[in-house]
Amino acid sequence: MSTKQTVPFTGTPQQAEQLYKVIEELKDQPGSLMPIMQQAQEIYGYLPIQVQTMISDATGHPLEEIYGVATFYSMFNLNPKGKYRISVCLGTACYVKGAGRIYEKLQELLGIQGGECTADGKFSLDACRCVGACGLAPVMMINDDVYGRLTVDELPAILKKYQ
Amino acid sequence: MYRTHVLVCGGTGCTAGGCEQVIAALESEVKKAGLDQEVCVVKTGCHGLCELGPVMIVYPDDILYVMVKPEDAAEIVQEHLLKGRPVSRLIYDESVTAEGVKSLNDTAFYSKQKRVALRNCGVIDPEKIDEYIARDGYQALGKVLTTMTPDEVIQTILDSGLRGRGGAGFPTGLKWKFACANRGQVEKYVCCNADEGDPGAFMDRSVLEGDPHVVLEAMAIAGYAIGANQGYIYVRAEYPIAVQRLKIAIDQAREYGLLGKNIFESGFDFDIDIRLGAGAFVCGEETALMTSIEGKRGEPRPRPPFPAVKGLFGKPTILNNVETWANIPQIILNGPEWFASMGTEKSKGTKVFALGGKINNTGLVEIPMGTTLRTIVEEIGGGIPNGKKFKAAQTGGPSGGCIPAEHLDVPIDYDNLIAIGSMMGSGGMIIMDEDNCMVDIAKFFLEFTVDESCGKCTPCRIGTRRMMEILEKITEGKGTLEDLDKLEKLCYHIKENSLCGLGQTAPNPVLSTLRYFRHEYVAHIVEKRCPAGVCKALLSYTIDPDKCRGCTVCVRACPAGAITGAVKKAHVIDQSKCVKCGACMDACKFGAISKK
Repeated sequence: MSTKQTVPFTGTPQQAEQLYKVIEELKDQPGSLMPIMQQAQEIYGYLPIQVQTMISDATGHPLEEIYGVATFYSMFNLNPKGKYRISVCLGTACYVKGAGRIYEKLQELLGIQGGECTADGKFSLDACRCVGACGLAPVMMINDDVYGRLTVDELPAILKKYQ
Repeated sequence: MYRTHVLVCGGTGCTAGGCEQVIAALESEVKKAGLDQEVCVVKTGCHGLCELGPVMIVYPDDILYVMVKPEDAAEIVQEHLLKGRPVSRLIYDESVTAEGVKSLNDTAFYSKQKRVALRNCGVIDPEKIDEYIARDGYQALGKVLTTMTPDEVIQTILDSGLRGRGGAGFPTGLKWKFACANRGQVEKYVCCNADEGDPGAFMDRSVLEGDPHVVLEAMAIAGYAIGANQGYIYVRAEYPIAVQRLKIAIDQAREYGLLGKNIFESGFDFDIDIRLGAGAFVCGEETALMTSIEGKRGEPRPRPPFPAVKGLFGKPTILNNVETWANIPQIILNGPEWFASMGTEKSKGTKVFALGGKINNTGLVEIPMGTTLRTIVEEIGGGIPNGKKFKAAQTGGPSGGCIPAEHLDVPIDYDNLIAIGSMMGSGGMIIMDEDNCMVDIAKFFLEFTVDESCGKCTPCRIGTRRMMEILEKITEGKGTLEDLDKLEKLCYHIKENSLCGLGQTAPNPVLSTLRYFRHEYVAHIVEKRCPAGVCKALLSYTIDPDKCRGCTVCVRACPAGAITGAVKKAHVIDQSKCVKCGACMDACKFGAISKK
């Protein structure tokens, strides 16, 4: 995961208010740090250092502990994702059915590497582990839409729908 | 009362295939036909035949429709539900015979299966607690709380011979026994491992989506047995449907008094909370999972102390996997002898496998332990598509190994799988055919482990990376025979010295492929050739001059400008410029381009 923050932080007071409400609700539960961070990511879309600092100030957990958790789990993002988040399943069932080629082709079509976001902020590309739709292998998801039994040829047309 | 029930699969595979729209269309057509007092459309959990989703069963007719589209709803309602004439073009092929439609239980896919953990999946509406109760739900909890002592419960589980379905196969009853000391004096916890991380395994998700109450009931039973009053389910955030149905189930169970204070007026209190994982494979390891529930980085810690002594928040804890939990209520109700009558000498009961990869019937199957791999692949799985040859079955995910054709007749149980160099794992089973390169598969799993190693201990953090580098070298045609020896040595070193199960089993994919497919490694190293035609650096694309019509499509498709030739004359590929992308082969309409 890239830990360099490339996009300026633009959080709103409304978001902050939401976050503090969540913290107030959860903070006395045992082991609440991760649920708080998960909700914070729901609110902001990602977890920039500013948000981590807010969580630290409000919960008393040291910032380095929060940063440690944020960088340990793959679902926490320090950078925002694209408007359309593409994730290609590289689970075993998809892999043996050619998901590797799908992933490569998408990198080529979008001109980005896995884990990156296009310059216009439109698409971000990630590989994910099994989404459990092995019957449809190979599979990719664009936000919540699932595309199954994919072939390389279909990709340009699918991307076009979102452009 | 309804005369007909239409059970539409609402599992993830079928949801991805568009079952929501199918359900909406069916409901509106049923209404339009005025049948809404007679026909009930139910969204259930997984039926198992994910390959052919969205699937639906019409009861009591016992007719399975496959690959149903919203447009088909009108025909199904008008023809079948109204006039009683099943829509033959949508019926599952396998169930159609010359004499008519046979029972699903007689089809090859279902007849060899035995559904215990999955008994309610695809049968009940998982969002309605009453349907679970109607299938004997919460009766086991009632029996335990009103007629059994905690020790009797533990003895029952011990006698059943149930072993953990999450991977290592530790006897479940023994785990509970270790945690039962000092009941009522110390706080304890019961945890459910629903952090199903093995790529290619999705039975836990199917149980949670199709029958969430069974897990709640089983955890409450365990809570009574060891003296715990709080449970946690640690579930992957990647499973939104499962999380949603668990939340609904917990709310309903609380409302019915089946969770909470004084359950069945026995004085026993038990409640359950959900914790979401955040995408770390290592959190499937028990100590890492508990650390993660505590809100920290999910790193494992050395054992002892075992969780049964010092687990979650430093208190005695038992952790079982979803599929293990799904067996518990049936064992309580039917008795340990019933459960122990299924399976082999040391592996009792059934096991769910997620069948995937190069196989005709991708999906979820539950078989008695001791069934052979051949039965699973050839009969239940319906064989390999496109007339290809079976090469290997991969079980146990990144911790397991590849089983070659020579072991197709080994009865599957925990011990046999270990003896042939693989393991049960959580039950992913990926079938590979002759087009899959075993060195590439080993590299695939190593990439996974390198990615997912938490970094706490050196053998796993650095060792797996060195292994992957050697595998990369080999797949690029730069390997030497000494590399193979080094690779093997590293494998044993990492196995012996890693802190947790992730590192200890990480070399298994390499060891098992070295054991059964060493010749493929050697072909990559000595002949600089990938026999399956997968490893890019070792491939070359060539044009067959006899088949080439000189249409120039490939010239335009080639991103590297590597193809030359005059119009209507045979073309050639300049191997020094070729980037081996395969675009020319995809573009050629005459099948003139081949890779070797």
